Amino acid sequence: MAWDWEFTGRIIPDLLSGLVVTVQATVLGYALALVLGLAVALVRRVPVVGPLLHAVMEFIRCTPLLVQLVFVFTLAPGGISAFTIGFLVLGVHYAAYTAEVYRSGIEGVPPGQWEASRALSLPAHRTWGAVVLPQAVRRVIPALGNYLIAMFKDTPLLFAITVGELMYQASRIGGVYFRYLEAMTLVGLFFLLVSVPSAVLIRRLERRYAAV
Amino acid sequence: MPQSDLLPGGAPGAGGPLIRFDGVVKRFGANTVLDELDFTVDAGERVTLIGPSGSGKTTILRLLMTLEKVTGGVIWVNGEPLSHMRGKGGLVRAGEKHQREVRKRIGMVFQQFNLFPNMTVRQNVTEGPIHSLGVSRDEANQRAEELLDLVGLGEKIDAHPTRLSGGQQQRVAIARALAMRPEILLLDEVTSALDPELVSGVLDVLRGIAESTDITMLCVTHEMHFARDVSHRVLMFDQGKIVEEGPPEQIFGDPREERTRTFLHAVLDHG
Repeated sequence: MAWDWEFTGRIIPDLLSGLVVTVQATVLGYALALVLGLAVALVRRVPVVGPLLHAVMEFIRCTPLLVQLVFVFTLAPGGISAFTIGFLVLGVHYAAYTAEVYRSGIEGVPPGQWEASRALSLPAHRTWGAVVLPQAVRRVIPALGNYLIAMFKDTPLLFAITVGELMYQASRIGGVYFRYLEAMTLVGLFFLLVSVPSAVLIRRLERRYAAV
Repeated sequence: MPQSDLLPGGAPGAGGPLIRFDGVVKRFGANTVLDELDFTVDAGERVTLIGPSGSGKTTILRLLMTLEKVTGGVIWVNGEPLSHMRGKGGLVRAGEKHQREVRKRIGMVFQQFNLFPNMTVRQNVTEGPIHSLGVSRDEANQRAEELLDLVGLGEKIDAHPTRLSGGQQQRVAIARALAMRPEILLLDEVTSALDPELVSGVLDVLRGIAESTDITMLCVTHEMHFARDVSHRVLMFDQGKIVEEGPPEQIFGDPREERTRTFLHAVLDHG
């Protein structure tokens, strides 16, 4: 099968609209994973509720994202769009990982920081908000960034629940024209075009925050 | 250093001692660190705790700062139980709120400084007064400037601690502790983590504070000259008990106990 440049030009607009959906799902899912993961990491320290939540997160980590997507999509009540289900499931799935990242960051804050906070009689919200979390988050920025890229690369799974993202568009084009080469090649290329600059950016953040 | 207004003073004693350890026991697992310890410290008194590693000196400071819980006995600060509170039918274990109130009177300087690296020097010194004591930002800032001048670091007020030498960091930590206007200042081996040439700067600052105020100090140190210069009383610890106590001239000049003599020989030979 020879490469057809004219065909390539024609399918690019559709693929770009798919890329927009992919990026949207990633951004929303990642924002959810960042916030929810932090909440989980904090609640995990609470007796009784913490271990329960840990078990739930362990379950989420130990089952495939694809299965979770299809499962929720199938059981979700009508009226919720596939896109919404898609980014929610992505966000919750990745929250199970970011929670562990935050946890390691919090545990990495030296005991002396807690003791100094206590010696100054700081209220809990300042100890957490002004002392512990700023230091904890700073040291896990690279790890969190890696999950952003991992999540971005997992978005083609949304294809399975009919979200019109990049992979979905490529597959649709392939099905209509019986040509997959150009569409799938472009999918790979688009992913590279977003992933590589993101990775460079994350390395930069990593260097910047490694100073403290 | 005539800063008598700037620095906190000792509490007007309510008749009794400012600090009282009453049969205090501290165990870590099977290891008894403090064994039925009784001692008192008067308001304005400067007491140095000496003794070999593991003799329980640092634990005493950490118990006072409520960084550790007592296993048995009661610690009193200014007539108030620190580790306990008055409840129905006697003393009960203190809750977090009670402990926060009592320990606002106590400041601590740590061996490893423990400055907040994500904050500037100014924020380090004002964080406690603003958020724990409810002092206004302006007042906290002004006091931070005065205290940083006092420790010779006025020009570093907007620097981050990581840019400072160990000695400078420790002087910031002293300013941070004093900003809380504590009645009691706990000094936990404050020069042990410093390069030798930085030790004297920190000790000079502490000498100045000792001379110009009547703040109560409890000091754990291996700097015997400093202990001799600033303390009213020296307690020699071994295995969780006070082996000997007395004024520094007597402890360093004419120790009565063999254990004190061998300890001082070992320390002074190295110093």
